Amino acid sequence: METFVGYLNYFIFFAIQGSIFAILCLGLNIQWGYTGLFNIGIAGFYAVGAYTSALLCGPPPSSLDWRIVGGYELPFVVGLVGAMGVSGVLAFLIGIPTLKLKEDYLAIATIGIAEVIRLVLKNEAWLTNSVWGLKNLPSPLQGEIDGKISAFLASHPNFPHWLNDLISNGYNWFYLLIGLVLVAVLYLASERIIRSPWGRVLRAIREDEEVASVAGKDVFWFKMQSLVLGAMMMGLAGGLYAHFAKFIDAMSFEPMFGTFIIWVMLIAGGSGNSKGAILGAFVIWAVWAGTDFFTGHIQMAGYREGALRVLLIGVILEVVLLVRPQGILGEEKMVSKMYEERSAPGKKR
Amino acid sequence: MHFLGQFPQLIVYGLISGSIISLGAIGLSLTYGILNFANFSHGDVMAVGAFLALAVLGLAKGIGIPSHPIGPFSFGLSMVVALVAAMVLTAVVAIAIDRILYRRFRKSGPIVLLIASVGVAFVLRNIVQFIWSPLPSYYIKKIQISKKFLGIRMKPDEVFIILFAAGAALALHLFLTRTKMGKAMRATSDNAELAKVTGIDTERVVIWTWGIGAALAAAGGVMAGIEDKFITPELGWQLLLYIFAAVILGGIGSPYGAVLGGMIIGLSTEMSTGFIDTAYKPAVAFILLVIMLLFRPTGLIRSK
Repeated sequence: METFVGYLNYFIFFAIQGSIFAILCLGLNIQWGYTGLFNIGIAGFYAVGAYTSALLCGPPPSSLDWRIVGGYELPFVVGLVGAMGVSGVLAFLIGIPTLKLKEDYLAIATIGIAEVIRLVLKNEAWLTNSVWGLKNLPSPLQGEIDGKISAFLASHPNFPHWLNDLISNGYNWFYLLIGLVLVAVLYLASERIIRSPWGRVLRAIREDEEVASVAGKDVFWFKMQSLVLGAMMMGLAGGLYAHFAKFIDAMSFEPMFGTFIIWVMLIAGGSGNSKGAILGAFVIWAVWAGTDFFTGHIQMAGYREGALRVLLIGVILEVVLLVRPQGILGEEKMVSKMYEERSAPGKKR
Repeated sequence: MHFLGQFPQLIVYGLISGSIISLGAIGLSLTYGILNFANFSHGDVMAVGAFLALAVLGLAKGIGIPSHPIGPFSFGLSMVVALVAAMVLTAVVAIAIDRILYRRFRKSGPIVLLIASVGVAFVLRNIVQFIWSPLPSYYIKKIQISKKFLGIRMKPDEVFIILFAAGAALALHLFLTRTKMGKAMRATSDNAELAKVTGIDTERVVIWTWGIGAALAAAGGVMAGIEDKFITPELGWQLLLYIFAAVILGGIGSPYGAVLGGMIIGLSTEMSTGFIDTAYKPAVAFILLVIMLLFRPTGLIRSK
């Protein structure tokens, strides 16, 4: 029973991180899946969101810190909104020089901005505390919930160990709930978007920009909205991560975890399909976490273990692209709400 | 005044890093122009080259190729052998990746190729890391003392890097203008459909493009190793932004533009260290790239 609770607690941790990945994937799905915008600087928007929320909600700088700003101890929700805002503004700025050009220019520019952000995180100690990172970040309602849990456990001293372990992990259950609610809201919003006239314009731009512009659509402006919206979701994921991890530094947003794995998730799950984005996030995250168990049994140096696992993720990407480029779920063909209503059985056309 | 005093020195540093960037940028520009896709694994191909040279260097020592320094340089015959071997082997690796992977995606369009190349980048980097560890590896552990000439510090090795890059650019120019294959490559880059119609074997052109691009990338990786004194699996990733900036600055598909762009990026990033933190060198390259995209996205030399 105790090992089972151990696994269950690990599973909760896994699912929280999975829901953060799912939000990143949903954001990329808006940009790439719906609109065909090639953003390989996801880590940049993710990091900016995390740092924004951490600076807004975190504790003021201590005497040991290098940073001199931030730490306003604002509520969690303000942090998340701020994270979305700043990531969105950043996307807007990067969109200006690139969205009128061929898609690979956006790719190059986003890789560049992510790299510049990483440099800022490492070097601007007054803002980011440099390599020491931002510590002791608060999680919403943690004091209240943990207080109630320990009071409850104190009044029930005869609980077996496993039940104790299970209940004391209660806060993570709550955080998972926050994550899942956000995933659900963003999923519904994404589905709504793609079924709207606005979403259809995005898809038209993805398929053929010229046709969309001949139809009188301001292609640049639609692309910009999609880029900003997706980036806001990535910023939100960053905020959610910061308050879950309680500690962030530049290392948390390396290209592998910030960008590459998200792409593999979306491609594997099925780009253009928001169910696919969520499914892909959990499946690839499970592969990543699962290989940890696997390589743990083979005797080798730690760096080899890590390299082997990234290698596997890379191979999965190539195999999916070769064998099933539409991903596990693929894109739904008919997404118009009107069409569904009209073709529903029992209704006359 | 401080900056003015440093000025000639920074120009020399700029020429050195410009040479390394150019070697990477030429290959990227060629594949970009001829295969019409932005190869995000090109930086990691440079790292593969640098590490293959390391492997050959060890092997060369094993079979008794002399490694005592030639003339004023810090390296010996074994390093020259390693450089040439790494160029050939990296070309083989790049062609193999094309045959196994990229060839199958050619019909799916440039964006699928782009995604595939991001995957290849991570795979290559982690193969290198698996074999050689993420820690720095060294070609030669001895430190070379720089010589002062007209107040400018420079090592003989650095003269070698600049001359090698210039020689490689010249050789490529002769290849592109004087040989049949070179002309076929230029024709394919201008208009692939037309080239095919006129009877050019475009598949062979593709193989040559990969081979030459990767060989130059490998040379760039080795030069970076000679200049920095160490190589890590991240070497290619760290150069990627500079290389892309150079290619965009010069104009996609133009090898001459790539050299020009490489030199501009090398010079301006090194000059920037006169007044801003050296850590922001990649940011300087990035800002130049963005300015170029805003005002002249077709590049300095040729539009594509």
